[in-house]
Amino acid sequence: MSGKPRLTYLNGRGRMEPIRWLLAAAGVEFEEVYLETKEQYDKLIKDGFLLFQQVPLVEIDGMKMVQTRAIMSYIAGKYNLYGKDLKERALIDMYVEGISDLMQMILMFPFSPPDAKEKNLESIKERATNRYFPVFEKVLKQHGQDFLVGNKFSWADVQLMEAILAVEEKVPDVLSGFPQLQVFKTKMSNMPTIKKFLQPGSPRKPPPDAHYVETVLKVFKK
Amino acid sequence: MSTKPKLYYFDGRGKMESIRWLLAAAGVEFEEEFLETRDQYEKLLQGGSLLFQQVPMVEIDGMKMVQTRAILSYIAAKYNLYGKDLKERALIDMYVGGTDDLMGFILMFPFLSAEDKEKQRALIIQKATSRYFPVYEQVLKDHGQDFLVGNNFSWADVHLLEAILMVEEKKSDVLSGFPQLQAFKARISSIPAIKKFLEPGSQRKPVPDDKYVETVRRVLCMYYDVKAN
Repeated sequence: MSGKPRLTYLNGRGRMEPIRWLLAAAGVEFEEVYLETKEQYDKLIKDGFLLFQQVPLVEIDGMKMVQTRAIMSYIAGKYNLYGKDLKERALIDMYVEGISDLMQMILMFPFSPPDAKEKNLESIKERATNRYFPVFEKVLKQHGQDFLVGNKFSWADVQLMEAILAVEEKVPDVLSGFPQLQVFKTKMSNMPTIKKFLQPGSPRKPPPDAHYVETVLKVFKK
Repeated sequence: MSTKPKLYYFDGRGKMESIRWLLAAAGVEFEEEFLETRDQYEKLLQGGSLLFQQVPMVEIDGMKMVQTRAILSYIAAKYNLYGKDLKERALIDMYVGGTDDLMGFILMFPFLSAEDKEKQRALIIQKATSRYFPVYEQVLKDHGQDFLVGNNFSWADVHLLEAILMVEEKKSDVLSGFPQLQAFKARISSIPAIKKFLEPGSQRKPVPDDKYVETVRRVLCMYYDVKAN
């Protein structure tokens, strides 16, 4: 039996993608089980794998962890990506939660009805450029360091990198007003573990398509 | 100058209530500034106090903290309500994630139309009794201890009690199939700091009413319809 963490989710981004990013950034190899049918999902529930009957599920260090935030906090803590003390952790948590709110909009986007898609896309662009990116642009400008918190690579940097790329997929020129973020993006892309994750053949999942949406609706149908 | 934490929010539960609970459970006195007008909110925004332009905001230990989960984690860790190691913290985080999801169904309740309220009430009861309460019932039954994690009072216990009381406000006998949770509720309620918080005159906020909804809508210019889950 492998000692690697094992991820159970659909074969797509969803709520598991930030976990894949964090494990990859930490240089941790992992296995994946993909849910393709409702039967598979029902069986997981019946066998008592899913504490609240939901995925993501990450089997790690003898635990069957659920709840995305809990999983990420554990990984960040275990692999020293959570700052050096309580106050750095507070900063990381604030930044990560803010980014997570932005990512939530992107998460839900493929499931919005066709007549709401344009409005939702506009909202994503507006929030990214007026609420979230300016904060991180300012943080980086003020301390002039490479990383968001404590002059050290952390969970916050990984999460921000993921968000920048995700928004760029929808709004290609979104970083045009953010020179610090442009530099940040380049620096992150060159970090060995992230560089590897960004290459073809990595566990990184492509943007959600119609097939992914279909699978989600099928697997989680009530 | 007082060094008590200071909470900035509406005079009502919303996303700040869990923070009030946790500070109270930790025996920490706190001050509150209630947002009543749009002007107050804009002043906070212009002053740069709200990192992502949102409340809750808590001034604590020289920081202007935002993001409910970040604030709660900080308080839990500072006051030793976060377990003794990484694995206990993982359990606490999982359990709190569950009660957070459950309370999320209740958070938007006051903003729903009368018709949607009925549907949402049924959904809250269904989720509580079939998805969430059974989990905590089982945890308590399995280890037979007084507290959810590590035989020690933690954030998870405070959050669960808060969730239980909120669901009971929607259906008073909702714990009837959960003997462990009934005992848990009695036990945790009698912890001095919590008992104090449950007494009239404490900073615990009442069930949100129309006035609260009006205030939130006015301060946030949130006049769109809120849909149920």
